[in-house]
Amino acid sequence: MSIKLSFITGCALAALSTSVLAETITIATVNNGDMITMKELSSDFTAKNPGIELKWVTLEENILRQRVTTDVATSGGQYDVMTIGTYEVPIWGKQGWLTELDNLGATYDVDDLLPAIKSGLTVNDKLYAAPFYGESSMVMYRTDLMKKAGLEMPKKPSWTFIRKAAKAMTDKEAGTYGICLRGKAGWGENIALITSMSNSFGARWYDENWKPQFDSKEWHDTLQYYVDVMEESGPPGSSANGFNENLALFQTGKCGIWIDATVAGAFVTNEKDSEVADKVGFALAPDNGLGKRGNWLWAWTLAVPSSSKKSDAAMKFISWATSKEYSTLVADKKGWAKVPPGTRASLYNNPEYMNAAPFAQITLDSIQTADPKNPTVKPVPYVGVQFVAIPEFQGIGTAVGQQFSAALTGKMTVKQALHSSQRLVERAMRKARYPK
Amino acid sequence: MAINNSNKSKLIYTFLAWTIGGLIFFPILWTLITSFKTEAEAISSSPSLFMFDWTLENYADVLSRSPYFTHFWNSIVISLGSSILGLLIAIPAAWSMAFVQTKRTKNLLMWMLSTKMLPPVGVLIPIYLVFRDFGLLDTKLGLVIVMTLINLPIMVWMLYTYFREIPNEILEASRMDGATIGEEIFHVLLPIALPGIASTLLLNVILAWNEAFWTLILTAANAAPLTAFIASYSSPEGLFYAKLSAASAMAIVPILILGWFSQKQLVRGLSFGAVK
Amino acid sequence: MATTNSRSLARLMLLPSVALLLVWMIVPLCMTLYFSFLDYNLLSPGNEEFIGFLNYEFFLTDPAFFESFFNTLLLVGGVLVITLGGGIGLAVLLDQAIWGRNYVRIMVLAPFFVMPTVSALVWKNMLMNPVNGLFAHFANWIGVTPVDFFAQIPLLSIIIIVSWQWLPFAALILLTAIQSLDREQLEAADLDGAGPFSKFFYIVLPHLSRAVTAVILIETIFLLSIFAEILVTTSGGPGYESTNITYLIYTQSLLQFDVGGGSAGGIVAVIIANIVAIFLMRLIGKNLEG
Repeated sequence: MSIKLSFITGCALAALSTSVLAETITIATVNNGDMITMKELSSDFTAKNPGIELKWVTLEENILRQRVTTDVATSGGQYDVMTIGTYEVPIWGKQGWLTELDNLGATYDVDDLLPAIKSGLTVNDKLYAAPFYGESSMVMYRTDLMKKAGLEMPKKPSWTFIRKAAKAMTDKEAGTYGICLRGKAGWGENIALITSMSNSFGARWYDENWKPQFDSKEWHDTLQYYVDVMEESGPPGSSANGFNENLALFQTGKCGIWIDATVAGAFVTNEKDSEVADKVGFALAPDNGLGKRGNWLWAWTLAVPSSSKKSDAAMKFISWATSKEYSTLVADKKGWAKVPPGTRASLYNNPEYMNAAPFAQITLDSIQTADPKNPTVKPVPYVGVQFVAIPEFQGIGTAVGQQFSAALTGKMTVKQALHSSQRLVERAMRKARYPK
Repeated sequence: MAINNSNKSKLIYTFLAWTIGGLIFFPILWTLITSFKTEAEAISSSPSLFMFDWTLENYADVLSRSPYFTHFWNSIVISLGSSILGLLIAIPAAWSMAFVQTKRTKNLLMWMLSTKMLPPVGVLIPIYLVFRDFGLLDTKLGLVIVMTLINLPIMVWMLYTYFREIPNEILEASRMDGATIGEEIFHVLLPIALPGIASTLLLNVILAWNEAFWTLILTAANAAPLTAFIASYSSPEGLFYAKLSAASAMAIVPILILGWFSQKQLVRGLSFGAVK
Repeated sequence: MATTNSRSLARLMLLPSVALLLVWMIVPLCMTLYFSFLDYNLLSPGNEEFIGFLNYEFFLTDPAFFESFFNTLLLVGGVLVITLGGGIGLAVLLDQAIWGRNYVRIMVLAPFFVMPTVSALVWKNMLMNPVNGLFAHFANWIGVTPVDFFAQIPLLSIIIIVSWQWLPFAALILLTAIQSLDREQLEAADLDGAGPFSKFFYIVLPHLSRAVTAVILIETIFLLSIFAEILVTTSGGPGYESTNITYLIYTQSLLQFDVGGGSAGGIVAVIIANIVAIFLMRLIGKNLEG
């Protein structure tokens, strides 16, 4: 063959192969800061994988969940990579709706993933989703206000201490409220917080026979504490406050203590957005000495629906986005404090990260004490720390959340709220034919 | 004396009108102003109307993060497309109902309106399944079809009440002159009815532009209009009010401009049969 | 005057829209009806069983049902009252001679152009928030305790937000109606010595009756399925105080992907809506003719 011909043939073959390989994958993701960063940096992925094009669908969490679940359950096939949480993975994995992630690459190092998180993402020892970032919950407090009140926050406070400290820091005339907690009704809003609290009070959602336990003493103690402490030291309007509203309150200096997601650590210490950036301290979520602390466990993860026809490309993307190299990339472009937290042990062994993020150690400790397979003091038939990984939970959790939020506003007594929660959960379980 | 009195009342009415109009417009004004603030400023406990550091960073952020123009184009195609398609179907229907009255006309009208009574949340899954089977998910065509169908009753109804005001004699005269039905519609009816048709078109463009249920459920990356664009800025974890304001401004302003230029049209056409 | 020829032609012209709407109504309705008798949860597919009226029973015996039903009526009624009253007032005002009328008109129309979710977010966070919102600042300035809108008066707060969104629509329709008022009638009344109030009540209002009817009909259809505003602000709470039927369907069924339950709820909602519509038509239907 002449050189010219072989050259042309070579070019043709190359063009053919790239055009055969060129595929577009659609990625559905939440509009949280870390995912936005992932989208920004995705040019790194496309440079390394020239045959793959990325299309993005970015939405608010609840809408995203609705869309993605509808699609995966009806095999709509609209997405190749889905961002789902540790709530969905056990349920969907069991249904066979997710592709097993068995081809993440040689350098991926699956064992580097934090065990608490990894266990939430495996069903029958198969990994169905890769964690993008993980979080637990912790206590954030104002060091200046604590000092003014003459108190010192221990690293592992008790709920009794928190109540005392909140009261001491409250000055309603001046617009300072000792404690800000979620109050907005929703299974991922107030229920996430109160369920985690209840774990540390010794309560549980169901006993081993799937009988709801809201008429137990432990639940009464939990809800009574919550309502009392918010009445004494909480801000007005708390029944409509979710994560963002409390974040705004804390950043404008209105809260003495805020117990919420560990990712908030980066926000409240950010000088650009927070008026109190240099006055924040961190502690582990409180407990009552019963062996479980009041923190939760959540991770946003990337998964491939089994209806996707581009699972290879999708897995390549997931591997890139959750790899060690990705963390280094973020560190290079945005600084170590912005690296997605809570997924890999290697990150926490990295002194550069630990120095840049003052909340890193607490985050790691919090994640490691959470155990989704054994979340409560007494045994339970479900997995999940701040949720119950059954399909019915979203509806049940939100309905119970509405009752709790009514108790918070004083429209119902704690007893009434628990009683109606008990009834409605019993009803729902009957409808869903539990025990199964 | 008369002149002074009328000027005085004009002044009072102007003052009243501007105050009330201003109060009504205020939340939107506030959104527009917030879009120029930093996030920290947007949640500050001492909010200010003008005295702050104006910044364009939110707009820059929003434009770099999302394909605004793709969304914008999708919104235009879907709103305009469904309104025009709707008109094509509704005009003949309204014509026949207005000029060929039967006993059943009123019931027919009520039935059409009643098709809007099934709440979207209830039919979400059936529609999704149908769309999946027809390959219409995430297509502009699919959304145009949905928007046309949900607004068709309103379009028919508006056109019907407008057509009813047109005196029959004019049309009969043209018929006696030997015009066919088609000519009758095109050369006689449409020119007279143009204001009503225009405002029906406008109203439906606005309704379709802001429809935030089906446009979110049935689209993914390709056909998502501005409603999805805004939804991607709403309630993430972290401060977002300034960016949401910027995104909203970018979605509201086009429609506001449209409304500004067509307000006379809108006012004239929404007469529901009370025009002389 | 319609010949048989034009009659059949008329039917032909009517055909596309009727046929389309029929399909659009029948297909989802039948599917929904069918699903409502099944135990069909999207998350456990393949387990569908025919369970008769069980879904309906669950929906109707839900402790929240009656409260949601009344909330729905209150919501629709409240918004109608505010938008009609405010709309008539605005229409009369905008009909007067004023400077810069175009500007005022666009300001009054603007809320209708904003997406419901955005409106709700703006009202919730920037205006009604009892700590950081503008209303709170104003209250503090005049020395009263700020109102905790979504805790103390949740349904009313939602009514306020939705009324703000629909006021332009009502004002627009009523303004057009007022502008078509025969001036001669008013002048004749003037000559007879009628004051502004009697002019308003005996001439203006009756003339507006048709426009008012139109507003009531269209708004009711949209208001029965208010959803986004509740989702964004109160999530139906506290308790069930701001839950309407649509939102109840959402939390009870859709949130957990219970298609059977959601379908049953949807059918119930249609029945309720139709009852309301028949009721309305009895009351004001005559005004549509004329």
